[in-house]
Amino acid sequence: MLLIPCPHCGERPEIEFTYGGEAHLVRPADPSTLDDAAWADYLYMRTNTKGVHAERWRHARGCGRFFNALRDTTTDQFLGSYRIGEPKPALSMGEPR
Amino acid sequence: MSKQRFSALSLLRRSLGGHRSWEPQWRKSEPKPAYDVVIVGGGGHGLGAAYYLAAEHRVGRIAVVEKGWIGGGNTGRNTTIIRSNYLFAESAALYDHSVKLWEDLSQVLNYNVMFSQRGVMMLAHTVHDVQVFKRHVHANRCSGVDNEWLTPEEAKAFCPPLNIDPDIRYPVLGAALQRRGGTARHDAVAWGYARAASELGVDIIENCEVTGIRRDAQGRVEGLETTRGSIRAGKVGVSAAGNTSAVLSLAGVRLPLESYPLQALVSEPVKPVFPCVAMSNTIHAYISQSDKGDLVIGAGTDAYTSYTQRGALHINMHTLDAICELFPMFRRLRMMRNWGGIVDVTPDRSPIIAKTPVPGLYVNCGWGTGGFKATPGSAHLFAWTIANDAPHPINAPFTIERFRDGHLIDEAAAAAVAH
Repeated sequence: MLLIPCPHCGERPEIEFTYGGEAHLVRPADPSTLDDAAWADYLYMRTNTKGVHAERWRHARGCGRFFNALRDTTTDQFLGSYRIGEPKPALSMGEPR
Repeated sequence: MSKQRFSALSLLRRSLGGHRSWEPQWRKSEPKPAYDVVIVGGGGHGLGAAYYLAAEHRVGRIAVVEKGWIGGGNTGRNTTIIRSNYLFAESAALYDHSVKLWEDLSQVLNYNVMFSQRGVMMLAHTVHDVQVFKRHVHANRCSGVDNEWLTPEEAKAFCPPLNIDPDIRYPVLGAALQRRGGTARHDAVAWGYARAASELGVDIIENCEVTGIRRDAQGRVEGLETTRGSIRAGKVGVSAAGNTSAVLSLAGVRLPLESYPLQALVSEPVKPVFPCVAMSNTIHAYISQSDKGDLVIGAGTDAYTSYTQRGALHINMHTLDAICELFPMFRRLRMMRNWGGIVDVTPDRSPIIAKTPVPGLYVNCGWGTGGFKATPGSAHLFAWTIANDAPHPINAPFTIERFRDGHLIDEAAAAAVAH
């Protein structure tokens, strides 16, 4: 089981969290102006990163808050987490193994 | 396949010779400079596609490149369940095409894939399960796929270990049974296709990871860069399961896929005790017994995307809770091994077997948690699509563009694994 670093509560076991998928996907401000391909890209297309992945988590059975985390999907090692609204940190905080 | 053909007589003759005269079942190949078609991914789907390209479409020079060893990915990591009781007509046609190919696959390949139509029984625990399974039964019968409704007593008669006590937490309210469903030996599928393809001249190149996709001035695929050098290719078919997004990103193609770990486990081997495949979507358990005697148990996907081929223990514990409730006789059985595979999941839980926006590049992916059952059909249709540069009518709905055009084939209720 993963230990996930909640930026509000510290490291907690995985079962306290729900997963929110790829982070920093911004909903288009006016979907009616998009063509079908652009709308499908927002709804369905994912980078499915093999490597360091920015992703949303929610500490559902803790503080209840959403946050973003960086995790290496080839090792499941967390490289850090940050609050919603904060920019994605630069990776100097620790390269994945 | 003259020299190595399996028959009762050849087995007897070689056993009298002390089994010393067996030869390798397929050639280990070095990459040649150029091929007509290169398949990326040496699982059942990829090896099968290479076999059908050679056997049915008479393509001359074919290679399968595999980054590890053949059958070492999801082909060797699944729970071997085969069924075709999906809801929509498109899916029923696709999966039933596969079941029909399974039925004589051992004869076609001259390799025993141990296909056993022992029946797949899906348990209903809530009124909603009952409604949705009955809808599946009716839809399947309209599509010409066998599926029947059983009362709890009939389910118990079909599968005696089942606990139909009305006082358990999620009592069994009935079941949908597909009698043509069953299991097969997963490794034998990879080996059988590899052997048959190799016999037809297909080069199987292991330990060969794709690191680049080369394209000409018009954007058409012209070859691959691999860890074992450059390979020119007229066409490239990617059949790389959980790694498909990573491979196709080399050609700038984005896909509606996310890769999750899916776990399974086996018990210690015991005498034959379990006559069928039983599955419960609601409380999440599925179980069958292999011919070796171990109970093969499927757990769920982990919550997060990952490429690690392992998952968390609590996922397995959750499944074992359900197994112990439904089949109390297994409560003292010990579990021997567990493992994870990386499954590529689409938003509508249906696969993609299609051309990509890049000319000469084809993709077979998105099988999510249920790809093993489709191995022969998927391989057969993928070979057709590559050879004809156009989809077969059965896989024509399973495009990438369906997500743009809104023609989703939503099989979230038929895919048994919660995800």
